[in-house]
Amino acid sequence: MSGSREKMLDRIRAATRPVACEPAQLDAAYAALPRPYIRAGKLDREACIQLLIERLHEYDAEVVECSPEELPSVITAQLAASGRRTIIAPPKVEIGTVIPAAWEIGGLECTFDLWDSGHGLTAGELEEAEGVLTAAFCAVADSGTIVLHHSASEGRRVLTLLPDWHVCILRASQVVETLPEYFARCPEPPRLVTWISGPSATADIEMTRIKGVHGPRFLHVVLVRDE
Amino acid sequence: MTPTADHLALDRAELDPALAPPFPEAALPVLRNVQLRKNVTHAIDVIQAKRARLVTEKADWQALRTAAAAIRTHALENLGAYLEEFEVRCTAAGGVVHWAADAAEARRIILELLRQEKATEVIKIKTMTSAEIQLNPFLEANGIHASETDLAEIILQLGEGEPSHIVVPALHVNRSQVREIFARRMGLPDLSDDPQALTAAARNYLRQKFLSVPVAISGANFLIAENGSVAIVESEGNGRMCLTLPRTLISIAGIEKVVPRFKDLEVLLQVLARSATGERMNPYTSLWSGVTPGDGPQRFHVILLDNGRSSILARDRERQTLRCIRCAACMNSCPVYRQTGGHAYGSVYPGPIGAILTPQLTEMHHAQSLPYASSLCGACYEVCPVKINIPEVLIDLRAKVTNQERSEAKRFFDPMYLGMRAANVLLARAWLFHLAQRLGRFGLGLFTRKDGWIHSLPSIGAKWTQTRDLRGMPQQSFHEWWAARGKEAK
Repeated sequence: MSGSREKMLDRIRAATRPVACEPAQLDAAYAALPRPYIRAGKLDREACIQLLIERLHEYDAEVVECSPEELPSVITAQLAASGRRTIIAPPKVEIGTVIPAAWEIGGLECTFDLWDSGHGLTAGELEEAEGVLTAAFCAVADSGTIVLHHSASEGRRVLTLLPDWHVCILRASQVVETLPEYFARCPEPPRLVTWISGPSATADIEMTRIKGVHGPRFLHVVLVRDE
Repeated sequence: MTPTADHLALDRAELDPALAPPFPEAALPVLRNVQLRKNVTHAIDVIQAKRARLVTEKADWQALRTAAAAIRTHALENLGAYLEEFEVRCTAAGGVVHWAADAAEARRIILELLRQEKATEVIKIKTMTSAEIQLNPFLEANGIHASETDLAEIILQLGEGEPSHIVVPALHVNRSQVREIFARRMGLPDLSDDPQALTAAARNYLRQKFLSVPVAISGANFLIAENGSVAIVESEGNGRMCLTLPRTLISIAGIEKVVPRFKDLEVLLQVLARSATGERMNPYTSLWSGVTPGDGPQRFHVILLDNGRSSILARDRERQTLRCIRCAACMNSCPVYRQTGGHAYGSVYPGPIGAILTPQLTEMHHAQSLPYASSLCGACYEVCPVKINIPEVLIDLRAKVTNQERSEAKRFFDPMYLGMRAANVLLARAWLFHLAQRLGRFGLGLFTRKDGWIHSLPSIGAKWTQTRDLRGMPQQSFHEWWAARGKEAK
């Protein structure tokens, strides 16, 4: 927009003139780049899911497995066992299928962050929340990474950041083994992405790994066996 | 010795290449500081061991390096096209792209944006590029306080120290020094030196800032041309805080940070975390395109910084310097960095990558001692995830430095230069060479002991004999022996 745009581009063009592609050849040159690395995983489905669980455990995340039918009761049990009574959720984690309709009877409560319709919670309310419940886009077993693309069921970015406890519902069909397999599931580059590979951590003081600097300190994954 | 605040105060290091002393001089205080060397060695040993384990388990590591190097090379060779594509896509997504030819222009643009926001304070994600343009002191001088939010950066900011590593900038500081700094600056006299307690103190210190400061400044790990996204790789979550809570976000990125497609991250992010911190993946990676209504900052600016990079781009052998993805594996593996730590390099980019990047960023006007700050052992090349042949560039830069010196008037006072010139004359003429041999044999004969060795020489010759002996010259040269042998045969 401003500043030295033309001057800089001229210098860059002059510097790369002997090596740059013709504009018409750029895509072909890109397509010809060597990609000799492993793209597709070699494990069977069960081994792949077991690898993910192992990685999540290494990151101190808790993993609970259940069937799709058991999901509401498992979430209720998780919440109760953690000693929490309230949880927040993005707009599309629906009552009935995920959150049991009978919650209010047990004194448990879910507040929805309706940011997509302009009724989002304030940062203060998010900060006060005891925990957050979201879906995910994908998980990569090899690195134990949970991928959020921040759709209506995954919530805006800050939702999974301020509360100290993140319960993430992951379906077995969303688990891939390698990072390139995740990219293969993205036909278009997503607009917003967060990859979570274990809880927030630092090793800045004498390389001692400390959990929970700023992000949620506790990550619970509910793995729904939908395959 | 009882530690006092004085002993624990962090050393001030000069990291402006224009002002920093030459490497051998800057390295001396570190070499004498046992505590500092212990801190550095410990940190490096831990990262190295983790990296080695995770690289070994990766069956396709070399294939990933090949692909990563190819992607980065292609992006640099077509940098103009990809930067323009990035600008178009980022703008379409609601971002504003600025171009800064040098550090001063980048600082000016940032200050202008902050004035528009009426900001008196900004929160920052760790960015080496902002350190390169010396942003914090500039903002401070203009009445805007820049609050670092990365734990290591807080330690350095509150302790008034300087970064000595590009991934773990405070690796030279130990826990009792951190305790002292936090206790003093956060008003927590009873703080313990347990890293858990120190981290918790930083969390509390920053929480309110995250929730209240309306403008954030970040760097960028990658810019994606395909959709105008910016990627930030981090561990603590301070990055995610700065990227989502403020109303305005300013990201500063070197022009070389652009990659063609989103999909390129399937290679680059696999090699980055393993190389940098010895993790399969860093805890948090964030990507965003422009602004998204209802989610995160609603005003977003990217500043594309040249500051010497396009001059590096113009040179075939040196261009690879710009492939760097700032993982720091080269400094972790470097036997020189291990001994001297980062401050000796007189730049925010220390270690082998700094030794080639810093002099080039200053267009060879400063930091000329850095290309010599290496044993050329090649460990850095071996670990580099984008296969930068650092020794090759070091040697090329040494040649450039020598060429520079050859054109300076002060060369006539340099014994090395004079010696080389004399040798040039001598070695080009046989009769002069033979004469010199005879003179040398006579001259050195005065210093040669009975055992046939020279143990000490006067004047500049002492530089050799201080640490080793020199064999005396033989009574007959090969040439003389050959000539004599021919006569006998007749």
